[in-house]
Amino acid sequence: MPAVQETVARVREIDVDQYKYGFVTNIESDRAEKGLSEDTVRFISAKKGEPEWMLEWRLDAYRRWRTMVEPDWARVDYPPIAYDELYYYSAPKSTAGPKTLDEVDPELLRTYEKLGIPLREQEILAGVEQRRVAVDAVFDSVSVATTFKKELAQAGVIFCPISEAIREHPELVKKYLGSVVPTSDNFFATLNSAVFSDGSFVYVPKGVRCPMELSTYFRINEQNTGQFERTLIIADEGSFVSYLEGCTAPMRDENQLHAAVVELVAHDDAEIKYSTVQNWYPGDAEGKGGIYNFVTKRGDCRGRNSKISWTQVETGSAITWKYPSCILRGDGSRGEFYSIAISNGRQQVDSGTKMIHLGKNTTSKIISKGISAGRSQNTYRGLVSAHRKATNARNFTNCDSLLIGDECGAHTVPYLEAKTSTAVFEHEATTSKISDDQKFYCLQRGLSEEEAVALIVNGFVKDVLQQLPMEFAVEAQKLISISLEGSVG
Amino acid sequence: MLSIKNLHASIEDKPILRGLDLEVKPGEVHAIMGPNGSGKSTLSYVLAGKDDYEVTEGSATLDGQDLFALAADERAAAGLFLAFQYPLEIPGVATMTFLKAAVNAQRRARGEGDLPTPQFMKLVREKADGLGISSDMLKRGLNVGFSGGEKKRNEILQMALLEPKLCVLDETDSGLDIDALKVVSEGVNALRAKDRAFVVITHYQRLLDHIAPDVVHVMAKGRIVRTGGPELAHELEARGYADYVGEAAA
Repeated sequence: MPAVQETVARVREIDVDQYKYGFVTNIESDRAEKGLSEDTVRFISAKKGEPEWMLEWRLDAYRRWRTMVEPDWARVDYPPIAYDELYYYSAPKSTAGPKTLDEVDPELLRTYEKLGIPLREQEILAGVEQRRVAVDAVFDSVSVATTFKKELAQAGVIFCPISEAIREHPELVKKYLGSVVPTSDNFFATLNSAVFSDGSFVYVPKGVRCPMELSTYFRINEQNTGQFERTLIIADEGSFVSYLEGCTAPMRDENQLHAAVVELVAHDDAEIKYSTVQNWYPGDAEGKGGIYNFVTKRGDCRGRNSKISWTQVETGSAITWKYPSCILRGDGSRGEFYSIAISNGRQQVDSGTKMIHLGKNTTSKIISKGISAGRSQNTYRGLVSAHRKATNARNFTNCDSLLIGDECGAHTVPYLEAKTSTAVFEHEATTSKISDDQKFYCLQRGLSEEEAVALIVNGFVKDVLQQLPMEFAVEAQKLISISLEGSVG
Repeated sequence: MLSIKNLHASIEDKPILRGLDLEVKPGEVHAIMGPNGSGKSTLSYVLAGKDDYEVTEGSATLDGQDLFALAADERAAAGLFLAFQYPLEIPGVATMTFLKAAVNAQRRARGEGDLPTPQFMKLVREKADGLGISSDMLKRGLNVGFSGGEKKRNEILQMALLEPKLCVLDETDSGLDIDALKVVSEGVNALRAKDRAFVVITHYQRLLDHIAPDVVHVMAKGRIVRTGGPELAHELEARGYADYVGEAAA
């Protein structure tokens, strides 16, 4: 019965093999008691050896969060999250201050190896190639290895875990933390402010072009642990930094809450390029067990002629709720958003951006490519607004959706608000389906159905892929093929 | 090489092919001519394995292999190539990327490894030059913004790279001016070989002035109604298809 065998093989493939990065590393954890209270916040703060002001900041956020209600306006549907059943802090145990990679838990290094991003190799590669990548590895909640620190220090760039920055650079943290995403911002951001575990801190001083791409690989590892990264990047006057964030997570059965906050600040003539490849576990074929990803990412173009660009490739998570935004405060500042959001199986994506034009002659560009397959729902939600003083604000939005199959959905929800008559906003949107004729053409040339779909999809997202740094683009391309497996046939 | 026996096929329950027989030997070029609606293009799609068509009766084998037991991509890997009447556009996918994907997919299906990139580039360059295909064209999205002639030349380039056993050309001459027709025909002629066969589907005699057929068939109402030598094409050009339409209907 070949047909039956095929079906069985396909089901097995979807359930077990499809999430190729699904594995759990065995490292003893040091974690907080289950549930969320002031004590949990104090525990986390104490674990981090934080100063009093930081604890107060967290507690303030916690108390505020207790009064807030979870938002429900997004086009996503999930059972209520039992916040008191979650663990809010976990750290790998044997990581007390590794000075070099040799001191890092070998189990951990193996995990990175499985992911194809061994730190060791990164170092070696960097010696060979012109292009250098510095990795601040976040394993679960604590940064366990930071490479290239010396070279960055020579350039005056600070790149470290945010927990370290709180201790070593309190003046910078105090000045900027919460200045873009205030503790009162939204339910998930406020939660993050109370319990954030770790994340990256970057400060690029005046006039410095960061000598390498900065990169953090996030990985959620502890079962039942919500992960709350906090990232803060500051580009001082005339500086430039490119930051890469990539994520994979092991397979599991229970939904995992993830609520990160990323804040970017660009001063006069500074530029920040922030790229993300997100590949968290999307759940099984029935949508069970995937990650809930509620992220607040916002960049503040604080200075004149500053520029912030977000590029994201979103393939994972059961639920994605994410709107990387730019506040175009400085005159002549520019915001960009390039996005590929792929949903398959039972995934739900509600993602987009906000471009808030406040300064004069500010410009923004949005290129969004949504791909829906399986029984997924993919929504683009975007806001472009121009303040009354934002004379000559310009925006160009291009929003394309591609449907694979008949059971998925694509939705586009653009909001445009112009309070000045000099603003010019352009919006283009298309929705298309991969045609059977296109697919047949590829098959006739010998490509399998999955190869055909991957090829057509890669063509569809090319404009955005081109925005990614080279090594990331290759990784992203592979990821796109993997995440669409099982979407045809 | 290609053996079709009593082939019946329909689309949405409408019978198009009604008992078609065809034998093509290695090295031969067969022309299939016929009026519009006689089922010529359907024959090419049925052989290549397009989903919309249902084979209701009969068989087709390629070197003894049952074509209908294979999926479309497996037929391609088995050596069946269809030059499309209307080649599809795939935006954002560079022609070069597509060519490489196709060549390597077929190599893998045959248990060979991927062709190393430098070797592949050299091969493409060689074949493309002969067809007047510029490197600029190879960088553009597949068939996107290509003229009719460019699309057809691109089909022949793919044929040259994939080195199929059996080439089916579906109205390759449609939409071509005389210069493009020449280039395309020369490309096809260069591929003629004793172990390769061609089925050239065309409405007009003019393509056959450039690609000389060994056998000419007339198709009408889903069947081969007459078979002859090259002179048959000239006869058709002079007298039209009216006779055959009547004959098959009778």
